[in-house]
Amino acid sequence: MLAFIAGGFVLLSAVRVISGADEITSSGTLAVTLTATMPIALAGLGGLWAERAGVVNIGLEGMMIMGTLGAGYVTYHHGVLAGVLGAIAFGMIGGALHALATVIFGVDHIVSGVAINIIAAGIAGFLAEAWFTDLPGGGPTQSPSLADPGKINLSFLSEPASNLEDKHWFLVSDLASVVEMFTKNLSVLTLLGLALIVGSFFLLWRTRFGLRLRSCGEAPEAAESVGINVYRYKFTAVMISGGLAGLGGAYLALVSTSGFQVGQTQGRGYIGLAAMIFGNWRPTGMFMGSGLFGYTQALPFRDGTHSVHALLLVVAGLLVAVAVIQWLKGSRRNAIISVVLGAVFLTWYLTTDIVPADFTKMAPYVTTMLVLAFAAQRLRMPAADGRIYRKGSSG
Amino acid sequence: MNVLRRVLLGLAAPVLALIVAGLFTTLLLLLTGDDVGGFWDTMLSWPKNRNLVNILNSASVLYLSGVAAAIGFRMNLFNIGVEGQYKVAMFAAAVFAGQAWLPGKLNVIAAVLVAMIAGAIWAGIAGILRTTRGVSEVISTIMLNAIAGPLVGYFLAKWGQSTGNSTQTKPIPEESWVGGITIFSDSVTKLYGLSLLAVVVGVLFWLVLNRTRFGFDLRATGSSESAAIASGVNTKRMIVISMLLSGAVAGLVGLPVLFGNSHNYGASFQAGLGFAGIAVALLGRNNPVGIAFGALIFAFLTEQGNLLNIMAGISPDIVAVTQGVIVIAVVIAYEVVRRARTRIEQAAVADALAAEKGAAA
Amino acid sequence: MTSAVAAGETAIELTGIGKRFPGVIANHDIDITIQAGTIHALVGENGAGKSTLMKILYGVQKPDDGTIKVNGAEVSFATPSDAIAHGLGMVFQHFMLADNLTVLENVVLGAESLHGIGDDARAEITRISEVYGFGLDPDELVESLGVGERQRVEILKVLFRGARIIILDEPTAVLVPHEVDALFENLRRLRDQGHTLIFISHKLDEVLAIADHITVIRRGTTVASVLPSETTSRGLAELMVGSELPSPSTEESTVTETVLLAVRDLEVTDEDGRQELAEISFDIHAGEIVGIAGVEGNGQTELVEAIIGMRHLSRGTVTMSGTDITHWTTRQRRESGIGYIPEDRHRHGLLLDSPLWENRILGHQSRPPSVVGPWLNLRGARADAERIIAEYDVRTPGVGTNARALSGGNQQKFIVGREMSGDPKILVASHPTRGVDVGAQAQIWSHIKAARKDGLAVLLISADLDELIGLSDSIRVLLRGRLVGRFDPQSVTPQELGSAMTGAGDDR
Repeated sequence: MLAFIAGGFVLLSAVRVISGADEITSSGTLAVTLTATMPIALAGLGGLWAERAGVVNIGLEGMMIMGTLGAGYVTYHHGVLAGVLGAIAFGMIGGALHALATVIFGVDHIVSGVAINIIAAGIAGFLAEAWFTDLPGGGPTQSPSLADPGKINLSFLSEPASNLEDKHWFLVSDLASVVEMFTKNLSVLTLLGLALIVGSFFLLWRTRFGLRLRSCGEAPEAAESVGINVYRYKFTAVMISGGLAGLGGAYLALVSTSGFQVGQTQGRGYIGLAAMIFGNWRPTGMFMGSGLFGYTQALPFRDGTHSVHALLLVVAGLLVAVAVIQWLKGSRRNAIISVVLGAVFLTWYLTTDIVPADFTKMAPYVTTMLVLAFAAQRLRMPAADGRIYRKGSSG
Repeated sequence: MNVLRRVLLGLAAPVLALIVAGLFTTLLLLLTGDDVGGFWDTMLSWPKNRNLVNILNSASVLYLSGVAAAIGFRMNLFNIGVEGQYKVAMFAAAVFAGQAWLPGKLNVIAAVLVAMIAGAIWAGIAGILRTTRGVSEVISTIMLNAIAGPLVGYFLAKWGQSTGNSTQTKPIPEESWVGGITIFSDSVTKLYGLSLLAVVVGVLFWLVLNRTRFGFDLRATGSSESAAIASGVNTKRMIVISMLLSGAVAGLVGLPVLFGNSHNYGASFQAGLGFAGIAVALLGRNNPVGIAFGALIFAFLTEQGNLLNIMAGISPDIVAVTQGVIVIAVVIAYEVVRRARTRIEQAAVADALAAEKGAAA
Repeated sequence: MTSAVAAGETAIELTGIGKRFPGVIANHDIDITIQAGTIHALVGENGAGKSTLMKILYGVQKPDDGTIKVNGAEVSFATPSDAIAHGLGMVFQHFMLADNLTVLENVVLGAESLHGIGDDARAEITRISEVYGFGLDPDELVESLGVGERQRVEILKVLFRGARIIILDEPTAVLVPHEVDALFENLRRLRDQGHTLIFISHKLDEVLAIADHITVIRRGTTVASVLPSETTSRGLAELMVGSELPSPSTEESTVTETVLLAVRDLEVTDEDGRQELAEISFDIHAGEIVGIAGVEGNGQTELVEAIIGMRHLSRGTVTMSGTDITHWTTRQRRESGIGYIPEDRHRHGLLLDSPLWENRILGHQSRPPSVVGPWLNLRGARADAERIIAEYDVRTPGVGTNARALSGGNQQKFIVGREMSGDPKILVASHPTRGVDVGAQAQIWSHIKAARKDGLAVLLISADLDELIGLSDSIRVLLRGRLVGRFDPQSVTPQELGSAMTGAGDDR
């Protein structure tokens, strides 16, 4: 996994030097990437909690919408700390509804999730108009400008890193960008989100609570047979899932922008779910998947045309790497396909100067589909994921 | 189980859901201090003829979208991608019809086919991925929804015409418009000609589902894939075919508006019909008649909701809340009723056996 | 109440236990006394109510009547946790293990407070594993373990929790014979260290070999309590089924010269390319029943699915009346006259939430009377479902009742009736009487015999050796995916079959 990240990074760096598209690893791009990544990752983390307990949560989108609304309303009236908590609480309401429907009543998980997305969008639209229309700076579809949760600056690290970055040295400057990303204007919520991802890993894989929760997603009957209250764990997991999605919403309303807007989630709940599957239901993989989405969202914001164009070279490089790996594994057919595709991307790079913005928008989704199509066999979802479980079915 | 009981049990869930949704909405209005009385007065007033036509128009569109979702649901396939499918299909049909390669109504028929094919292809990708690579159709259709936007955007920019700051496809020639059907002489709005597609699709859906082998295979696969395989159903083929059919019907969703009102694809594109269709399908329990009721209720709520701002000073979005609550309440209620039904039936079987034993003794 | 009770004292006393489900009386008037430090067997047919009783004892379900005493004190278990707290443990027939978790994780699950989930627990698991000779690695994924090892994980789970009273639900059902021997060795060692074991089974020889006391259950209630030294398998069997011991017995041979089903050199591999079946060749003639004996999991499911067309053959041919059907789909095979009684009727035989008349169509989607061309014939399907209900004695209020509401025996009779419809030439019957009551069993046997008389070729797969011997014209034994022996049911004994099934009599 680490080798994979490192290899990708070296490739990016090399392409930057070759193409001169400095923005592809600039600290600015990376900072925007991180901001774009976090809401997706928080939603993905929410999905991970629910699915590890065996409940598919396609209602993440709705819970995230609830989060944006909660952040908007509570922050305006009670300050930013309360606002973040409010967003989590609002998300949890959505989670509670999903848990009620799926865990207690045994409704199909997808059906319940879709319904929650509809309700949440309606509630947000309605309450936004009721709550924000008459506020100064507010309107029927947006809250007034909200306070920022705060930023961390470690200038003793970020300034030297910034100098280093400006040298545009191979690899060194790129690593400096990464250092700068984490030390300059790092939002407190980003830090919180990263801590939650790491914390979730420990909680789920290193504690008794986590073991029990995962057992409900792997074999609920077995869990019940040893006296575990499966309903309670599933319920808890889905509530936490909603809370995390709500926090993702807060991130959108407080960090990505400075206020609530109707429709500002733009499907990020769904993307979070995709990132989680992309990451094989593991926190690290999920975060990498979110990063991929975040990066492709961020890059066009900075110097769109040139950098995105340079990415074609990265893709070509990746495909050649895949070809080598496949060839070594003895799968010649796949290797040849990869080489041919790599050549296509190289040709594309050499014969054009820009990539249409629409293609960049599509890229992460197409990538996810391709990953799913070619790695689906290696993905391992919790064995009882999405299955309706009823108490007393053990034995 | 007698017929009356069956009907009562069948109606229990939707009625219960409507009541719950009504209560929840009222509570929410009380919470925000809105005019509850005004809300109910407005919502329950009989619509004007003009509004009735609007309701029929949007119900027919919702119905098409609902049937598209229901075709998948009936075999446990979650086609979340109706949204993307009708977008792609409507765009394709608009581009095709705008070229006016064919004269008059022939152009319309061809465009309908183009839309169905485009929708089917977009949905078929998910079907193929599911059967050949084991990719969940839920996630692939969500991805395809997200891809549809930029894809259509790209080609719209490339092939469309810009007027002011909006871009749209070349307008459909007037001879290919499918004009309104006048229902009420005093109403300025007319029923979209292609709304009748909903009737055709509904009848066909019912017929195929309940009266044909194909429909039986589809339902069998939905209720037990393993039993269907053992009975000789090629479930992989069924998955691909039903995704194609679902997509083809989804492709029709945008057409009544395209040929009856907008005459091009552009800024006037109405998003969200796909998800509304899913809700309508759930409400109607994926049943051709049920979906019709679901579509009418949803269209009625939306249309009446549009008056709320003027009549009672309430945001029309409240209606979306009501609609959402109806959906979640109805799926829970269906589940509760289903369990009750199983218990009643088991008791009936036991009674029958006990009576038999008693008679034998 | 003390947890260490000397041998000879009463560990468990059940008095007047009763349990009713909608439409079924699962248990009534159950009285059992179990001595501490013994192996107490509970025998009874499938469906006699053993499993329900054990679920009650383990707190999974609550009894409607009666009292439970553990070590002399009356108890009431709301959940399995209560039972565990009283020193009970249960080893389920269907293993309660999460494949994607390690042995350690599976064992400590729910009992984390005893030794944590880390190194302490690992040490304890290793200790128990060594004491009883289980040979388990705590950090291995359960997914990669074999059946015998998984069962030892289950026993380890129970011991880890300090259970003194261990319930084993049909523990030998999934084991091959040498694993059974190893299990018995483990069980005796456990007893000798003071554990009380409740051993549920319907395999009488095993019960006689291992038990200190035997209680017999029939139709939901206890009918006898005997010592193994005072009884025989025959005597036990009669107690299990009541006075009349229905035994399937074939009348004179109806085997003809016409080969209806011919299988040649059939091979099936799993996804990873491992052989599941190999070198399978046999013929079934019109009017012949060929029985397949074997311990479960030796390829029976795969064989049936290969013949029905649900599995792809990697080699070999299947021929029906001289026509090569190797590449036919399941539907083509069914249309041309293969009837199929599946092993798992809930998964493969019925649409549980559909009415019986729709279930009549299932598997016959392309044939009259349920279908006319591409259209369904609802009236035809209803009428024919009525016919099946009458002819096959299916107890149901009507054809509109959902299949789920019927009892197992009635569901199975309906399936048999359906599969015999439309003049089949071949009948594949996989465990046709599993989990049905004695009455339905006798009826199903007579239907299979009637099919044979009518000139069908019948492939009968069963775990019940008496059923195989009684019905078949010829018995083949399946072991590790290969046919290893051919026996004449007129002369073969269950012992001979048993040793062939285990490979003990394998001279290859």
